[in-house]
Amino acid sequence: MTEATAKPLVQVRGLKMHFPIHAGLFQRHVGDVKAVDDISLDILEGETLGLVGESGCGKSTAGRSVLRLYDITDGSIIIDGTDISSVDQDSLRGFRPRMQMIFQDPQASLNPRMTLADIIGEPLDEHERLSKGQRLGRIYELMDAVGLNREFANRYPHEFSGGQRQRIGIARALALNPKFIVCDEPIAALDVSIQAQVVNLLEDLQKQFGLTYLFISHDLSMIRHIATRVAVMYLGKIVELAPRDALYAEPKHPYTQALLSAVPEPDPAREADRKHIILTGDVPSPSNPPDGCNFCTRCPKVMDICRRIEPVFQELDPGRYAACHLFDTKNTTAEPTAGTRT
Amino acid sequence: MTDIAVNSLANARPPRSQWLDFWEQFRTHRGALFGMTFFLFVLLIVFVGPYLWTLDGQYIDIRARNQGPSLAHPFGTDQLGRDTLSRLMAGGQVSLAVGITAMALSLLLGTLIGVMAGYFKRLDGLLMRLTDLFLALPLLPLLLVIIMLFRDTLRTAFGPETGIFILMVFVIGITSWMQTARIVRGDVLAIKEREFVLASRSIGTPSRRMITRHILPNVLSPIMVSATLGIANAIITESALSFLGLGFPSDFPTWGRLLFDSTDYLQQYPERVLWPGLAISLTVLSVNYVGDGLRDALDPRIRGR
Repeated sequence: MTEATAKPLVQVRGLKMHFPIHAGLFQRHVGDVKAVDDISLDILEGETLGLVGESGCGKSTAGRSVLRLYDITDGSIIIDGTDISSVDQDSLRGFRPRMQMIFQDPQASLNPRMTLADIIGEPLDEHERLSKGQRLGRIYELMDAVGLNREFANRYPHEFSGGQRQRIGIARALALNPKFIVCDEPIAALDVSIQAQVVNLLEDLQKQFGLTYLFISHDLSMIRHIATRVAVMYLGKIVELAPRDALYAEPKHPYTQALLSAVPEPDPAREADRKHIILTGDVPSPSNPPDGCNFCTRCPKVMDICRRIEPVFQELDPGRYAACHLFDTKNTTAEPTAGTRT
Repeated sequence: MTDIAVNSLANARPPRSQWLDFWEQFRTHRGALFGMTFFLFVLLIVFVGPYLWTLDGQYIDIRARNQGPSLAHPFGTDQLGRDTLSRLMAGGQVSLAVGITAMALSLLLGTLIGVMAGYFKRLDGLLMRLTDLFLALPLLPLLLVIIMLFRDTLRTAFGPETGIFILMVFVIGITSWMQTARIVRGDVLAIKEREFVLASRSIGTPSRRMITRHILPNVLSPIMVSATLGIANAIITESALSFLGLGFPSDFPTWGRLLFDSTDYLQQYPERVLWPGLAISLTVLSVNYVGDGLRDALDPRIRGR
């Protein structure tokens, strides 16, 4: 798909999700965990946007915030032409069928006391008026779509393997014919052979139903396989956003470079003389991020300006965005704007 | 869609009723089956028995007092010559009715307050401090005050026996819900954070159905345990209150009252304590077994083992 023709299905602007910290005798508000701090992205219709980053960088929180599973601190989210950032949860109910989620842990995301038919049927019970026969027919259709034997309809989640459970989760997400699905590390809890099955299933379903995915993962090779564009997150912010091939061929941001250099190379000859960028130190606490650039404490190319001024998330080439002072030379107006932002 | 379900799916069974699975699992629990049979048997004796054994438990035959077991009085007679079997049956009606209704009331209150406190963060502080307040109240003075205030009003409104029955159920129910509430709240807090609740929220399930569909079925085990213990507790509390003169009138038989009356004659006629004691403990035991079986049968993970 060419980006010029596609229109954005999801537009996120300045999304912030801060969790308050209460401490002391009177539970005073002493600070915030800035899990997601001012991210903006567009997800085009029919594409898969990969969201990568290390553990704890706010990927999952970002995905959940986009679906308004949390009450967000600030920002706007427009999905399919509707701004859902400030409506209350009751009025949001009507929009829920358009956006669904697939969860990381298939064991935890299925109610152990419900049968497979009830789990897949729950969204139907909530949003559609179907007769008993129609409901069962639809459940069977969904089970066929994700490759589950119809015989399994009476069984309980604990009777399935991890891959089958994840298929149940996918069937549940598909039940209401959504347009947009947030996949929150759907393959992280599965072993490698099953990962491939589930990812292929997700791709097939995308073609079949014209779905748009926000695919959250820490697995760079899987993202390379499934995503059309990739956003890299670090400590609550997006540091780089680019089309897949461009990002993997020539990562711009030092963090992306470090991340990609950690992906093992199958060819031992090339692996031997490959340069690894090894980051030192730990990720700073999201409740107390450093001044300036969030990455300045670990960046191998850190400059003086990085510790003072927050870099702007700017377009370098068409479709390629990064937030780093290394690219400020191209754009002389960057520094004043950055100054006003902090 | 429906014809798919009919034609190509002749081999796929439609989802079965979960109650069938439930019953099948319950049947495999031998203790529970035995307990249920015994409990039904006790209910039968207590409620149908008086029609077959027609001696009046209130009839005083002073010449036949303090008799041992005989054909005329299978369980003997008490110090006023009243037939113990009749009194046991009459007392069982009251004790079981009080036990079951008071348990139901305290369970309802405890579950409601526990779920509300656990699920709605805003209510948590208020409801849990209320629970603490009830736990901290000295029980006997409270009961005294409640009974002083309401006994006569209820008696005039509903008649002496029904009035006291309502009062007893209310008093026992209102003073025994706190443990259930605390246990349920703890479990709800844990389950609320599980991913399937988040999944359900992403579907748009409103809070009331979230509670009935996801939260309550998963806190059923502790509720079931408190229910079975609650019946026992209610029967025993009722007898203690009757003993103190706060419950039913002294000539009105309940199992607890019979037990306490017999303790005066423990040395002369030790068998007299045995009957109500056995009735109470065997009933409580059978209910506990039933509760155990119910809990297992309601948990799909244990089913089929």
